[in-house]
Amino acid sequence: MQYSEKVMDHFMNPRNVGEIEDASGVGTVGNAKCGDIMKVYLKIEDNIVKDAKFKTFGCGAAVATSSMATELIKGKTIQEAMEITNKAVMEALDGLPPIKVHCSCLAEEALHAALWDYAQKNGIVIEGLKEPVNDISEHEEIPEEE
Amino acid sequence: MEYYFDNAATTAARPEVAEAMAHYFTESYGNPSSIYKIAQKNKTAVEKAREQIAKAINAETNEIYFTAGGSEADNWAIKGVAESYANKGKHIITSCIEHHAVLHTCEYLETKGYEVTYLPVDEYGLVSLEDVKKAVREDTILITIMFANNEIGTIEPIAEIGAFAREKGILFHTDAVQAVGHVPIDVKAMNIDMLSMSGHKFYGPKGIGALYMRKGIKITPLIHGGAQERSRRAGTENVPGIIGMGLAAELAVKELDTEMPRLTALRDKLIGSILEKVPYSRLNGHPTKRLPGNVNISFEYIEGESILLLLDYKGICASSGSACTSGSLDPSHVLLAIGLPHEKAHGSVRLTMGHFTTEEQVDYVIQELPPIIERLRMMSPLYEEVLRNNK
Repeated sequence: MQYSEKVMDHFMNPRNVGEIEDASGVGTVGNAKCGDIMKVYLKIEDNIVKDAKFKTFGCGAAVATSSMATELIKGKTIQEAMEITNKAVMEALDGLPPIKVHCSCLAEEALHAALWDYAQKNGIVIEGLKEPVNDISEHEEIPEEE
Repeated sequence: MEYYFDNAATTAARPEVAEAMAHYFTESYGNPSSIYKIAQKNKTAVEKAREQIAKAINAETNEIYFTAGGSEADNWAIKGVAESYANKGKHIITSCIEHHAVLHTCEYLETKGYEVTYLPVDEYGLVSLEDVKKAVREDTILITIMFANNEIGTIEPIAEIGAFAREKGILFHTDAVQAVGHVPIDVKAMNIDMLSMSGHKFYGPKGIGALYMRKGIKITPLIHGGAQERSRRAGTENVPGIIGMGLAAELAVKELDTEMPRLTALRDKLIGSILEKVPYSRLNGHPTKRLPGNVNISFEYIEGESILLLLDYKGICASSGSACTSGSLDPSHVLLAIGLPHEKAHGSVRLTMGHFTTEEQVDYVIQELPPIIERLRMMSPLYEEVLRNNK
């Protein structure tokens, strides 16, 4: 298995790592059991994604897709943000090994989960956005202390 | 600079081993089955290597059969006994932490009408003799338990299981791929009937292994087609490989008295330093009943492949039991068997040392690993939660 240079760049130097204190929407997808959790924070003003941050537990591809997905969504309108698919994330990274494609799906789901959270909080409907199936609450799946 | 900490995956061949082998590729290339002098010389050389291997485990020379590696030896031992002893019974006992060469072979036999008991292990990865005793049935034909585990390094109670199996008249096979050349093995004293080994795990070449089979045990061949290996394993002998493995075994066993304490000290230094420097980390495997060169540690809240990539960036070669490095969704079956929850198994790193590992290299890992763990944790949503709760 070999990662592209772009994937390695986004893994070694991930963009947008962190949290947004007063985020407009937060989405968490995946679970620790499978080895991937992505948490995306969005700051949305005037229908535009002003800022995006992430925290990810996962492999190289999980970190790189989170980094790229947050890069792609910044500056986009909500409608444009809805067009960021897992394929778009993969293409922007010059591809992923076959067994890592699910990481790009998770990245798309993480963006959608954050947008859903924003829509719920503001009582709006975003066309084409479905309730995230993969979203997990803050306290689920957190490993217990020994 | 390369810091090689994956000696359980494979080892570098010793220079003197590679040198001894070279002669058999270009000069002494004769087929040992042929009649002329250069071929007959090779037959003698192969027999000398067989003797070196036999001595390394206190077996007789004619009890050693060369194979293409450890996986073939495991396959042959288990399938061979299953077929040859089918009229006595169809029950096999093994453990759930075996190498896949054993586990998948057993699973294959289950599809052919055999029954397999997969013994559990305790939190350290130890098989209990009591469990072996309880699992034995009238129709048990084989007990196969690994000598030492490839992931967590736990050394199994082989002599105890061997004594019991002998008393019961049940054949006992052990996959000793990780143990030969690393810890003392005496097939006679330990009552081992069959034993698998692999050349490239003890500074010999890849593509060569051996099955020790105690005199009197007869199993059907896996590879048909010639009279080599006393008609039990066909195929022209891998002469360079055999020469290399024989020399490597002799050298490794000769150095056990100095290498074992040296590596054990390095191992315990590495384990102690990492556990002390990195919070939320734990040792996997037994603290003392453990291969001298094996370190396996789980780091909570992060994932193994990410750790490996950052280690690689620093020139450190290691491996992990994470799902992402296995190509499946499940993490290592060994880590799950010792009771680790999935999320802790995903964050495991195995560092295995060997003959060429120096204390300077160990110090380098002790220096480079903790910041890598910290860096990934700062990126982890799970650690965020921990920091918040600790405030």
